[in-house]
Amino acid sequence: MSGRIFLLGDNIDTDQLAPGQYMRGGLDMLAAHCLESARPDFAGSVKPGDVIVAGKNFGVGSSREQAAEALKHLGLAGVVARSFAGIFYRNALNLGLPVLVADNLDGIADGDAVALDPVKGELRLTDKNQTVRLEPLPDNLKPMLADGGLVPHLKKRFAAEREKEAGA
Amino acid sequence: MASTLAQKIIARAAGVETVRPGDVVTARVDLAMIHDSGGPRRVEPILKELGVGLFDASKVVLISDHFVPGDTDEGARILELTRQWAKERKVAFHNGEGICHVVLPERGHLKPGMLVVGGDSHSPTGGAFGAYMFGIGATEMAGVLATGEIWLKVPGTILIECKGQLSPGVLAKDIMLALCGRLGMDGGQYQAVEYTGEAIAALSMQERMTLSNMAAELGGQAGLIAPDATTAAYLESVGGSAGDWHGLVTDPGAELAAHHVFDASALEPQVAAPHSPANAMPVTEAPETRFEVAYIGACTGAKYEDLKGAAAILRGRKLAPGVALKVAPASMRDQQRAADEGIMTVFEDAGAQILPNACGICAGYGADRLGEDVTCISSTARNFQGRMGAASSKVWLASPLTVAASAITGRIADPREFLADAEGAA
Repeated sequence: MSGRIFLLGDNIDTDQLAPGQYMRGGLDMLAAHCLESARPDFAGSVKPGDVIVAGKNFGVGSSREQAAEALKHLGLAGVVARSFAGIFYRNALNLGLPVLVADNLDGIADGDAVALDPVKGELRLTDKNQTVRLEPLPDNLKPMLADGGLVPHLKKRFAAEREKEAGA
Repeated sequence: MASTLAQKIIARAAGVETVRPGDVVTARVDLAMIHDSGGPRRVEPILKELGVGLFDASKVVLISDHFVPGDTDEGARILELTRQWAKERKVAFHNGEGICHVVLPERGHLKPGMLVVGGDSHSPTGGAFGAYMFGIGATEMAGVLATGEIWLKVPGTILIECKGQLSPGVLAKDIMLALCGRLGMDGGQYQAVEYTGEAIAALSMQERMTLSNMAAELGGQAGLIAPDATTAAYLESVGGSAGDWHGLVTDPGAELAAHHVFDASALEPQVAAPHSPANAMPVTEAPETRFEVAYIGACTGAKYEDLKGAAAILRGRKLAPGVALKVAPASMRDQQRAADEGIMTVFEDAGAQILPNACGICAGYGADRLGEDVTCISSTARNFQGRMGAASSKVWLASPLTVAASAITGRIADPREFLADAEGAA
């Protein structure tokens, strides 16, 4: 799937991604206000397949996983950043939203046409004919992301355990 | 092998002899803490979908603090759902008794050496008791509740050594704002932050909790302090036990990710400008700033000792015209103690408004959250744009002493100017 890049800076925090005052509402409302203080045009213009490229410490702040959930709800293909805050990183992968680290973001511009391949660890800038190498996902997390996140992954595990018990 | 405190706790929980930084391990969880926001309403649907129950109900603690006092239909509904779940799932439940990070140790649930997960980003607070405690999101918490397990990448340890002693009027909160300024909000690199040194050894448990709490703002996974006699005495006073804590230290010669040494005696009270705790500066260098709201609240800045210190400054004084002081004591127990000692009366006499023992404004909840263009000085941990209310509001972070002094003057003020006749404020 391909889309466009939204280029953001350092320290994009969870209150920008999932503002506290909309936490009582449903995911639709929360997603509609996602990033409104940093990037007012984001929620209204993001399309499935788009990718956020950001600086360091993306997702800093709260443990509220709605920060990652809102991005997934809007159809984002993934986030590429120089670094991620620890809890956000775990939350995103648990929810099946690819998050990948890149050392070098040179040559990437806002609005670039892009295709993200989280398995290969590649961000292809399709109009520029340029490929940005991403750090591979940790081995222990690859099966979970392949299953679509923690819940489907655990479902599979419990099903296998039940099958084993039934067979024993 | 010489090991860090973090390595020792993780190795024990993972059932192995030793672990090295970078190892990925699966550990058994000794305790899981959840609250009303990320708790039952989000984990129960996942448990249902998985078709499993709790791994061990005796190792789960549920604390309602985000939607308290339930002053909206939605909030009241969530609190009721939370209460029902506690009953059905037979877990320890604290309802409206205060903020989870303060209630958990106060009710004797924590013990040195435990591996604990909390469904909240300020979960490193438990590190003050020598527990490896860290925050996770709701889906991961559902996984823990279903399996009793969590994966960890064994962290390196960033040792923060504070030499000397804090001066009067300077608190643990000032140490943390200064550290956020120096190291940045990603200085912790999702590693284990460990505080050590003379200044730390001299701190009370509540002050140590403030240090561990704000390991979150440094970007650490955990914020540890090796247990000592102070820890053991606190745990006994709340009906718990420290157990055998003597070996829970970072061994001399253990490999460290970083070792920062600070002189605590040179530290001045700090403030952090909007919209980041890393925008820290000494209060003496802060620009002339006026504000409409002064807030003493949150797990970070409204525990008993915070209230006591702030009251010592406010005693016999009035708020500056145009300033609203709002005080949300971090726990019911801390508020009760403060009331017994006449501390709550000081706030009332000064003209402060007392709010429920809950997360409240700090997390952007409740009718008191900040309106458009409001400027606030706050004893909380984080001042991200829009966190405490409108996106146009601006929050300055400070210690509860600095917030109290500023509420009297109506502009950012140095609490040390009020200490001469406020003995015991430090």
